[in-house]
Amino acid sequence: MRKNRHLPPREKAIQLALTVATWSSVLALAAVFGELLLGALPALSSISIIDFFTGTVWNPSHPIYPLYGILPLFVGTMMVSFGAALIAIPVGLGCSIWLAELAGPRVKAIFKPAIEILAGIPSVIFGFFALVILSEWIAVVFEPVTKLNALNGAIMLAVMMIPIMVTVAEDAMNAVPMSLREASLALGATRWETVRHVVIPASLSGVVAAVVLAFGRAVGETMTVLMATGNATALHFDILRSVQTMTAAIAIDFGEVEFGSEHYHVLFLVGLVLFVMTFLINFLADWVTRRFKEDY
Amino acid sequence: MMLNRRATEMAVFTLFRGCALLVVLALVVLLGYIVSGGLERLSVEFLTAMPRRANTEGGIFPAIVGTFYLMLIVLSISVPIGVMSAIYMVEYEQNSLMGKVFKLAVYNLAGVPSIVYGLLGLGIFVAFLGFGFSLISAGLTLSIMTLPLMISSAREAIAAVPSTVREASYALGATKWQTIWHHVLPYALPGIFTGMILSVSRAAGETAPLMLTGVAMSLQRLPDSFFDSFMALPYHVFYMATQSSDLLATRPIQYATALVLLLLVLGMNLFAIVLRKRYRDRYRW
Repeated sequence: MRKNRHLPPREKAIQLALTVATWSSVLALAAVFGELLLGALPALSSISIIDFFTGTVWNPSHPIYPLYGILPLFVGTMMVSFGAALIAIPVGLGCSIWLAELAGPRVKAIFKPAIEILAGIPSVIFGFFALVILSEWIAVVFEPVTKLNALNGAIMLAVMMIPIMVTVAEDAMNAVPMSLREASLALGATRWETVRHVVIPASLSGVVAAVVLAFGRAVGETMTVLMATGNATALHFDILRSVQTMTAAIAIDFGEVEFGSEHYHVLFLVGLVLFVMTFLINFLADWVTRRFKEDY
Repeated sequence: MMLNRRATEMAVFTLFRGCALLVVLALVVLLGYIVSGGLERLSVEFLTAMPRRANTEGGIFPAIVGTFYLMLIVLSISVPIGVMSAIYMVEYEQNSLMGKVFKLAVYNLAGVPSIVYGLLGLGIFVAFLGFGFSLISAGLTLSIMTLPLMISSAREAIAAVPSTVREASYALGATKWQTIWHHVLPYALPGIFTGMILSVSRAAGETAPLMLTGVAMSLQRLPDSFFDSFMALPYHVFYMATQSSDLLATRPIQYATALVLLLLVLGMNLFAIVLRKRYRDRYRW
C-alpha cells in the first residue's frame, strides 16, 4: 500500500478500523457457509447423500427408521414459489409499467410509499393473515383438500414478492432514456406499442433480474409458508393440498430436535441446500443484470 | 386500423391500472383486517401487563420489552459496522478489486434466507461461543442479518454526495478523513439515519432466526441479563396463532399482538419515508 506511506498516523488508524469493519461482511458470508458445512457434515457419515436427494419420504421423527428424503420439502418449496411467481409476475409487471410509464406524479407519490409499506410488513403478519383470513376465502372458492394448502402460501407469497419486483423493474424501466420513447412515438407508434417494443426490450435485463430476485426471496421465506401451508410432509403435486417447505421444516423441527442428533445435522444439510439454491438464484439475477445490461 | 390500436392500448393500460389497484387493495385489506381485529383487545393493560394463564390472559409487556432489547442490540452493532463499511467501500475502495469483493459479499449476504441466519446463530452464538439460548445470541444473529441492508443504504447515501464537495475540501488542504468527517458525512446523515431506522424495523419484525436462538413462549418476567431467555412480539404472534392452548379463544390476543407489531414496524418505516422525503427536497445537487 504505497499510497499510505505518507499518511499521518491518525488517518492510518482510521483506515485500518474501516477496513476491519468492512471485512466483517466477507467474514459473515464465509461463516454462514462454513457453519452450514460443519453442521451438515456429520449427517453425511450416517445417511447416504443419494438417499437424501432422491428420497420421497420425509419422516425424521420416526423412532426406529427415520427417513430423510428432501424431495417432499423441495417440491413443497417449488410449488409454493412457482405458484407465487405465476401470480406475482403479471401483476408485478403491470404495476411496474403503470408506475414507470403511465402514472402521474401525484398518484405516484401515494403509490410508491404504499409499495414500501407493503415491503415493510413483517412476514409473520402475512402468515397470520393467510392462516386466519385467506385460508377461509380459499376454502369457500376452491374447496381444497386441506384448509391450509400450497395455494394459500403461494397467494400470500405473491403479495410479498410484488414490492421487490416492482421496485427493481421500475428502476430498470426508468433507466431507459426518454429519447428512445420519443423516437418510437414520433414514428407513429402508440404508447402501448412503445412500451411493448421499445421500453420492455430495452429494460429486459432489469425486469428479468427483478423476477429472479423476487423468486429467490420466495424460496427463502419462512414464516409465511410455515403458517399458511399446513406443513404436511407427504410428496404430491396438488396445489390444493398441504405441503411443507424446506424453510418451514427447519423452523418447526428445531423445536423438538435433540442437540447434536442425526436429525439435527440433517436439518443443517437442508439449510445448506437452501443456501446454495438462493445463492445460485441471486447469482443468476446478478449475472442477467450484468450480461444483458444496455448502457445508454 | 388506428381505432383498433387505440382500443388495444386502452384495454392494456386499464389492465395495468387494475394491477396497481389490486396491490393497493391487498395492502388496504391486510391492514384493515389486522387493525379492526386488533383494536378490540388493545388496551393500556394489554401493553403493560405480564401474560397470565399460559398467555390466554393479561398482557404482552415482556414481548414488547424483548423486541426493544433486540432492536437496541441491532442498533449498537449493525449500525456502526454498517456505516464504517459503507464509508470504506465508497471512499477508499470504490473501483478496486477488493471493492468488488466487498460488494459481492454484501449482495449475497442480503439474499441469504432468514432461517439460515438462524442456523448460523444456533451454531456460532448459541453453541460454539456458549451464549446459550439468549437475548444476546438472537440479537447478534439479527445484527448480522440486517448488516447488508444497513451497508447498502448507507453506501447509497454517501455515494450521493457529489465529488465536488470532496474536491473542494481537498483543495483547501484537508486530509481524507477530515474531508469525510466534516464534509461528506453531514450531507449523508439523513440517508444513513433512514437506513438505520429501516434496518432496525426489519430486525423487529423478523421471527424465524429467533426460533433457533432462544425466544421463549411465555415468561412472567423481563429478561434480567443479555444471557437470559426472552419473549418477542413477532414470535408471540406466531406462537399464539398456531400453538396456544385454545386457538379460537385467544384470537383477539393474536390480532392485538399483530397490531402492536404492525404499528411498531410501520411507524418506524413511515418515519423513515417522511424523513427521506424531507431531506431529499432540501439538498438538490
